[in-house]
Amino acid sequence: MSTTDHGSSGPPPGAGEGRTPYEEALDSPEFQALRRRFRRFVLPLSAFFLVWYATYVLLAGYAPGFMSTRVGDSNITIGLLFGLGQFVSTFVITTAYVRWANRHFDPAAEELRHRVEGGAR
Amino acid sequence: MTTSLTTALPTASAASTDIGNPAVNIAIFVAFVAVTLTVVLRASRNNRTAADFYAGGRSFTGGQNGVAIAGDYLSAASFLGIAGAIALYGYDGFLYSIGFLVAWLVALLLVAELLRNTGRFTMADVLSFRLRERPVRTAAAISTLAVSFFYLLAQMAGAGGLVALLLGIDSRAGQNLVIAVVGALMILYVLIGGMKGTTWVQIIKACLLVAGAAVMTVWVLARYGFNLSDLLGAAVSAPGSAGETLLGPGAQYGGSEISKLNFLSLSLALVLGTAGLPHVLMRFYTVPSSQEARKSVVWAIWIIGIFYLFTLVIGYGAGALVGPDVIRAAPGRANSAAPLLAYELGGTILLGVIAAVAFATILAVVAGLAITASASFAHDIYASVLKKGDVSPEREVRVARATVVVIGAVAIVGGIFANGQNVAFLVALAFAVAASANLPTILYSLFWRRFTTRGALWSTYGGLISCLVLIAFSPVVSGKVDENGVSLSMIRDTGVDFSWFPLENPGLVTIPLAFFLGWLGSVTGRESGNEKRAAEMEVRSLTGAGAEKAVQH
Repeated sequence: MSTTDHGSSGPPPGAGEGRTPYEEALDSPEFQALRRRFRRFVLPLSAFFLVWYATYVLLAGYAPGFMSTRVGDSNITIGLLFGLGQFVSTFVITTAYVRWANRHFDPAAEELRHRVEGGAR
Repeated sequence: MTTSLTTALPTASAASTDIGNPAVNIAIFVAFVAVTLTVVLRASRNNRTAADFYAGGRSFTGGQNGVAIAGDYLSAASFLGIAGAIALYGYDGFLYSIGFLVAWLVALLLVAELLRNTGRFTMADVLSFRLRERPVRTAAAISTLAVSFFYLLAQMAGAGGLVALLLGIDSRAGQNLVIAVVGALMILYVLIGGMKGTTWVQIIKACLLVAGAAVMTVWVLARYGFNLSDLLGAAVSAPGSAGETLLGPGAQYGGSEISKLNFLSLSLALVLGTAGLPHVLMRFYTVPSSQEARKSVVWAIWIIGIFYLFTLVIGYGAGALVGPDVIRAAPGRANSAAPLLAYELGGTILLGVIAAVAFATILAVVAGLAITASASFAHDIYASVLKKGDVSPEREVRVARATVVVIGAVAIVGGIFANGQNVAFLVALAFAVAASANLPTILYSLFWRRFTTRGALWSTYGGLISCLVLIAFSPVVSGKVDENGVSLSMIRDTGVDFSWFPLENPGLVTIPLAFFLGWLGSVTGRESGNEKRAAEMEVRSLTGAGAEKAVQH
């Protein structure tokens, strides 16, 4: 197995008998908390938008009559509003994720990065 | 206002010479090439290292990269294709763009940042981080080349069709010449500019495309007093329109059980394909950090989303102002809806601008694909697998440059053969392969510690092979005829029919299959994993510790 290709920085993998700074970091409570926090935010949100998209696709495929219903007197249909809703939800999720990441994720990740890179030298 | 155009279009054969002025179209296109070549030359001064050639020195900002991603993603198929589909089929055309957009959330939440922190130049860097390098790299490179090849073919085939419409070149030889010119220009851009030059071409093209679409959108809306409902009403009552069905689903995909499954399959491939497209993934390496990678996806989502909202208006606008009868009679059929609308609104000049933008689109996308495929070959197959990492970066870049020339030649020849083929089918195929062969292994290796080399190989090869086999035996290759007995398949001879797989897009079968194979391969075999590498990958992917830095000049 060649590892020559990866590390321009960080410790040479497998060097020495001791544990690498990465292994130390992996077992630290701070990293465990960071990973849990990341997955708890990202995975449910992903599940949500996939289900929401699937709902839309299934309605378009299997309930075309409902999707073609007009809203009031206008030519705008429920399907069109649903479709535009997918745009809105995509923009909202994007914005929410960025705000969350800037506030709650980046500072903790940054601190761990400094710790690992400091320990690597 | 409409009379000049509609009277000029009595038959399809007369249309290509009567719409606009080919000299104006060519002049604007030549101006685009001149400007971008200058920019590429200026950007190429610092192209020294492998990180410069493959990743633009990792020195682009999130905003710049986001615009470039949008430029890479909004191919001619999505601009001309979606606008045309909306003009003819209304709502069903809109469905495409929703899949293309929502797909970016997968990239934003699950892939972009982790990938940027872990890898270096290619998708295979991430997969081989803790798995056995040579087999995994080979598999990833093969599927990268397969996706790039289908996507490249689609763009080159689109170039041929576009030429017929916009430059009034009807002869096959003339179209082939233009395909060759597009291929040669692409080789030139990539050889001179590397990733940096390619990125600038994509940025310029994205700005032109979005600006052009914005002008057309506002113009169309102004015709209807900025009332969307009135625009829809006009599209419904236009001559030759599908009527009420334009406003709801079903006009294009139809109502049979198979066509519903077809539509589900396509939707799945679209939403999961984007985050597995190698030329999109590679763009995340052109920024200095994972924060910038996140920013670039955010920029891309806003630009792409707003652009697809524009195409909704442009599509219905073309249906209302140009009319489906005229669009169907034009040489490019559905693909000509947006250019015809441009001519209807702004005459020769606006048509020329839109035509040049469409060409620029093909050129930029093709250049991005070429650099991805060459990086995958030179970095993954040549340097890592054949030479086992024992090769200087200079030599690797030389090989990559040589590969670009080969890929350009393949693209020209393939484009000439694919000229006239269904562009949307080729793009959908690329998305299906990306979603089946690439995405499962990427997600597993980023999120599942017990994922093994065997799981990766089963998933990648299983996804790739099942896709290709099911496509080969699907109606898109043989045996599909319309109600008049004319073949709609790749093989035009209606006597040849070896199709047994009913769906036109294999994603519904192959994507779950690839995820299942990845899981099965991992749980059934034991692999003495490299604990140190696994720990490094996990910490690095989330924190960015030890990730590749920007090149300092």
